[in-house]
Amino acid sequence: MNAATEIWTVICLAGGAFFALTAGVGILRMPDFYSRAHPAGKSDTLAQTLIMVGLLFQALQHEDLGLGAAVKLVLIVVFLFITAPTAIHAITRAAHVDGLKPWTKENRRGE
Amino acid sequence: MVSHWVMLFTGGAVLLAIVLVLWRALLGPTVYDRILAINALGTKTVILVAILSFITERPEFLDIALLYTLINFVVTIAILKYKEVGRLE
Repeated sequence: MNAATEIWTVICLAGGAFFALTAGVGILRMPDFYSRAHPAGKSDTLAQTLIMVGLLFQALQHEDLGLGAAVKLVLIVVFLFITAPTAIHAITRAAHVDGLKPWTKENRRGE
Repeated sequence: MVSHWVMLFTGGAVLLAIVLVLWRALLGPTVYDRILAINALGTKTVILVAILSFITERPEFLDIALLYTLINFVVTIAILKYKEVGRLE
């Protein structure tokens, strides 16, 4: 493993860990359901992409089975880009059709 | 190697995020909070399994991660349909 691969892996994995922690804290601490959907849909997907790209650098340097692992990692990223925001959109739309009201400064409900 | 320690640290951070999201799943006042939390938990599980595949040097876990991405999506849509209609047809 040369130094350039190590540096890029560390940068991508550390950034992914930061965004994953931010997504978890955001889902826990936001005051309303609609504002909780934002870290779940966006920050989670970005954390996943960064971590998979960081692991991709490691997979390409492996002796055998390196190319198969790289293709699988790219497929995970593609499927997650398509399905994760779609699922969050479906949940938010179902909540809106059901009649859930958002959080404003006057009524302060939801938390 | 440095990258091995960074992978362990990232796995620990994702595990901590899983615990936080589980707390929202227990706490959330509406049912949509819980569905959102379980969907996010599935996404973080995929990250954790992929990191574990590189720590233990087993390429089979990447297949599990790939499948669970799709299963998570299908289960979220099925739960929403069951909530709206009352049955699964």
